Amino acid sequence: MAKKSMRTAINEAIRLEMRRDPTVILLGEDVAGGQGGSADVNDAFGGVLGVTKGLYTEFGPGRVIDTPITESAIMGTAAGAAVSGLRPIAELMFVDFIGVCFDQIFNQAAKFRYMFGGKAQTPMVMRAMTGAGLRAAAQHSQSLHGLFTMVPGLKVVVPSGAYDAKGLLIEAIRDNDPVIFLEHKAMYDLEEEVPDEAYTIPFGEANVLREGKDVTIVALARMVRFSMEAAANLAKIGIEATVIDPRTTSPLDTDTILESVAETGRLVVVDEANPRCSFATDVAALVADQGFKSLKAPIRLVTAPHSPVPFAPNLEDAYIPNAAKIEAAVLSIVSAGGRNAA
Amino acid sequence: MTITAVTMPRWGLTMEEGTVTAWLVPVGGSVNVGQELAEVESSKLAGTVEATAGGVVRRTIIEVGATVPVGTLLGVIADASVDDAEIDAFVGTFKPVEVAAGEDESSKPKSVEAGGLRWSYLRSGEGGVPLVLIHGFGGDAAGWGFIQGTIGADQDVIAVDLPGHGNSEKTIRDGSIDAQADAVIGFLDALGIDKAHLAGHSMGGGIAIGIALKAPGRVASLTLLAPVGLGDGINTEYLKGFVAARKRRDLEIVLRQLFANEALVTPALAEEIIRYKRLDGAQPALETLLAALLNGQAQRAQYRDKLGAIKVPVAVIWGAQDRIIPPEHAVGLPASVRVETLAGSGHMPQVEAADQVNKILRETIAKA
Repeated sequence: MAKKSMRTAINEAIRLEMRRDPTVILLGEDVAGGQGGSADVNDAFGGVLGVTKGLYTEFGPGRVIDTPITESAIMGTAAGAAVSGLRPIAELMFVDFIGVCFDQIFNQAAKFRYMFGGKAQTPMVMRAMTGAGLRAAAQHSQSLHGLFTMVPGLKVVVPSGAYDAKGLLIEAIRDNDPVIFLEHKAMYDLEEEVPDEAYTIPFGEANVLREGKDVTIVALARMVRFSMEAAANLAKIGIEATVIDPRTTSPLDTDTILESVAETGRLVVVDEANPRCSFATDVAALVADQGFKSLKAPIRLVTAPHSPVPFAPNLEDAYIPNAAKIEAAVLSIVSAGGRNAA
Repeated sequence: MTITAVTMPRWGLTMEEGTVTAWLVPVGGSVNVGQELAEVESSKLAGTVEATAGGVVRRTIIEVGATVPVGTLLGVIADASVDDAEIDAFVGTFKPVEVAAGEDESSKPKSVEAGGLRWSYLRSGEGGVPLVLIHGFGGDAAGWGFIQGTIGADQDVIAVDLPGHGNSEKTIRDGSIDAQADAVIGFLDALGIDKAHLAGHSMGGGIAIGIALKAPGRVASLTLLAPVGLGDGINTEYLKGFVAARKRRDLEIVLRQLFANEALVTPALAEEIIRYKRLDGAQPALETLLAALLNGQAQRAQYRDKLGAIKVPVAVIWGAQDRIIPPEHAVGLPASVRVETLAGSGHMPQVEAADQVNKILRETIAKA
């Protein structure tokens, strides 16, 4: 099977669904890329990081709509189109721009089904880039999945690699509710084996990447890779970690997390987002509330500090959780041989 | 004094790398030819690496848990009298001989159009009447890795992905064994194969019988591994559990029933099958096939009375610990049929007793 980057996997997901279903449309800033420029080039780049390249050429301006720089209009258009029969994929570019679309997403799209007594459905996907690590500074580097997770009526997807991204995006496009699909911008070039065909991964099904008896590590997106790196290092000193990627924060696969903590008795949650009212605190609260009796040691959180993402490269590197910080958190609650750390 | 390399084996065409999961003999331990040395897993198969020479295990180079390409030096066997310096020189200058599967054109799946559907298959080896391998319910061509990897050294071997499976199109028009036999005949036509040795496992065994009855001139010999069609009994709980499982851990529990040695069900194997089940069309295809296979709690297709009419060599192989289709179905078959019941094997003798299956298969082919 061919190895493909996460960028290619996302492009394939959109392309296959647009071929399969004529009601699927794509809209956003620069999604066609270069169209109308002086060089008479159509579809030159396809989004600021090239994810939608080639879609304008294949599907044309009727289905790939390059919008003005008006995020609120992109999301409002998508919500309206969705409620009246299309399946829009609306690109916000950087998730940091969500502020100007709060009403369209939080108060309109997320509420239609509820406000109209279950008679309306809003099958839209909002795609956005998330995460730090590309020296893009405080206004283009945030991890805001927690904001969306807080709002009932939204489904929130945070893939950790190319295979999952394709299957979860196809699932998102076919879903009849608004889905927030967050792509970590530092992962677009990472390759995995990805089938050419269409496939779907259901929401609310965690992926257990590694099973070990000593500690449960729960992580999202890029943090899954760092957690796997930490788990491999910990195994060398006799500490066996389970690594769980929930894939979606809403719905959340609480069963898999609680079952694992019941086996290991220890929990470390790794999240690139800021630490307050976050995915990390949410999972910690779940286990403290419903799994307290299994716990042999305190729950540890490995997150960014409560600060904006710094622009200075050395500070940005220090800001993002990494394998060493995850290992240190594990070692604070379990020592070699699987006993509680002193 | 000879120094013998222990290398990462290649089980089947699609295996590119494997993980050492255990060393069974420590450094300094002595081994005989054929003794099990290490346990290895690929994404599809788990098995053991056997010593190809007797002597002392002088080095175990790849640690447990490490994943390395096919052909990589795993360890070294040599006589106790060989100098450490010579061993180190051997290790230092060792060059893997086999190319990784991905770089070898012949290892890539091929496809052909037959009966309006796209069929995927793996083809290796040259010469002789082709051997066509037909997998069972929910299986695929790569599951024949231990068989195709060995017999493909001598002759043309084709492992097919049946419609609804593997990389083939996921459309099933009629899931009956009879219709699937017609479909495979169409596949043989598309490849221009007039005559073939057939080996079929479970549902694929039933299909192979169907082909031999419909087109006797096309079949040179028949090797059936725990086939359907020879009795009523079948583990419907397994079949329904396989279709229902959506999470890897649920599927792992279901798959354990396939093997006598349940440790062969690795998370990687279950993940591979879950990924297949997520493909568009796979789940409906499995549901269609399941409905066609069963008549209530019993098997629908019945070929027991017709087996004696097949004039080519027929061998039936059954794992004594098969928990999917009872090994008793191999009892009381016509005298013309060679029956082999393999101790220590479950429903997957092509994995659990591959050496014996290869031997029987070669003998059956030779008799034709």
